[in-house]
Amino acid sequence: MSSELIGRVTGVIAKTQHLPPESVTIDSSFEELKIDSLDGINILFALESEFDIDIPDDAARQIRSVRGMVEGIEKLLAAKQSA
Amino acid sequence: MMRRVAVTGIGVICASGRGRDAFRRSLARGESAIRPMQLVPPGSVKFANGAEVADYRAMDYFDAKEIDALDRFAQFALIAAREAVADSGIQFGDELKENAAIVTGSCIGGKTTEDDGFRGLYAEKQTRFPPLSIPKAMANAGASRISLEYGITGPVYTISTACSSSNHAIGQAFWMVRNGAAEVAIAGGSEAPFSLGLLKAWEALRVVSPDTCRPFSKDRSGMILGEGAAMLVLEPMDRAKARGAHIWGEIAGFGMSSDAHHITQPSAAGAARAIRAALRDAQIDAERIGYVNAHGTGTSANDPAEVEAIRSVFGARVPLVSSTKSMHGHTLGAAGAIEAAATILALHDGIAPPTANFHEPDPACAIDVVPNEARRVEMEYALSNSFAFGGLNAVLLFRR
Repeated sequence: MSSELIGRVTGVIAKTQHLPPESVTIDSSFEELKIDSLDGINILFALESEFDIDIPDDAARQIRSVRGMVEGIEKLLAAKQSA
Repeated sequence: MMRRVAVTGIGVICASGRGRDAFRRSLARGESAIRPMQLVPPGSVKFANGAEVADYRAMDYFDAKEIDALDRFAQFALIAAREAVADSGIQFGDELKENAAIVTGSCIGGKTTEDDGFRGLYAEKQTRFPPLSIPKAMANAGASRISLEYGITGPVYTISTACSSSNHAIGQAFWMVRNGAAEVAIAGGSEAPFSLGLLKAWEALRVVSPDTCRPFSKDRSGMILGEGAAMLVLEPMDRAKARGAHIWGEIAGFGMSSDAHHITQPSAAGAARAIRAALRDAQIDAERIGYVNAHGTGTSANDPAEVEAIRSVFGARVPLVSSTKSMHGHTLGAAGAIEAAATILALHDGIAPPTANFHEPDPACAIDVVPNEARRVEMEYALSNSFAFGGLNAVLLFRR
């Protein structure tokens, strides 16, 4: 999990949620950040644009934290590279 | 149970004014707020003018996250509701929240959001659609956002009957308060029609004026689109008096009808039946009406049909009639709400607002339309007409 990847993901979350960038960390929970299900969908949309990936619905449903988002994106990026 | 229904809060945002008092002053001065459109590129549609809320900045009213989540029409709904509720002085305690209703009107819902999304899809070849589009564009977005803002858990819904939407909405809320189904109601409507796709559709219908809106004038050349919202707070008269609220006026009757005649052509008989139904509902005689805020779109078809309807109800004693659409434009599903605010303020202030942009009497519309200058006149009762495409007529009757 590279710090660059973490930075890009937390940056997208902060921008989408209109939060100060420093308030979003790899250990932040969605609850702490007051991210509800609709916010989550909006963040996934922004992450798809940021990384030019397609996040499938079943993967999206399992994500509950910033760490989960970063891990999921790492997997999707790896799959994209090997494809 | 038949309770009298007081209007204790009024909120307005439209081309004629951001806020009730700015709106009120502008109408009393007879100022037409129709200007060259700024929200679509110049030359992109054949008509150049509209009644936009000038210099509107969402950030003056909402934080960044709210702006992301609210289509322009829902922003207007919330702005008007905030003003109306603050004006009423009502505090929504736990019991009142359950017994409060919200009924809004919107013809087109979040068309701006849809237009942006479709442009991305078709023109910019994007493969995805912004995910908040569905909850932003739904016609009840305004009503639902108002319910969230105040924690209102009673009946909340939206009526979409084209240009009669808000009159139907206010009428339903009025009846609910009158018969005890709700203890207080926020009712009105909002609309934001300035997106390119929708304007092109209006252009194709050939009813929008290349110039300005001149209702009942012989040289009228069509309607002018407008945007905005108005909300009213309604409550039983006894309750309003008991808490010492300022009472702007009263809703005394509501009538509706359907033409079953043509999908766009008006029918004088259908309109007249709605006016008579409102008089019957209020249990008053036609001769007591001092003013009619006309549907008055300024199209060749509407105005003579509306005058015929008014004549058939009032006979030789036609009250003052004016169309404030000449000033704030035709705001479609918000029209009834904005015109309800105009009518209540007219009764309250004793000022009949004019029909602006009036040049020359039309023999087919030969009634006193209060041309160009507001008139001081004491009136006890007034009507506000809305006649929609689809032949759906809704008329509200107000009392000072």
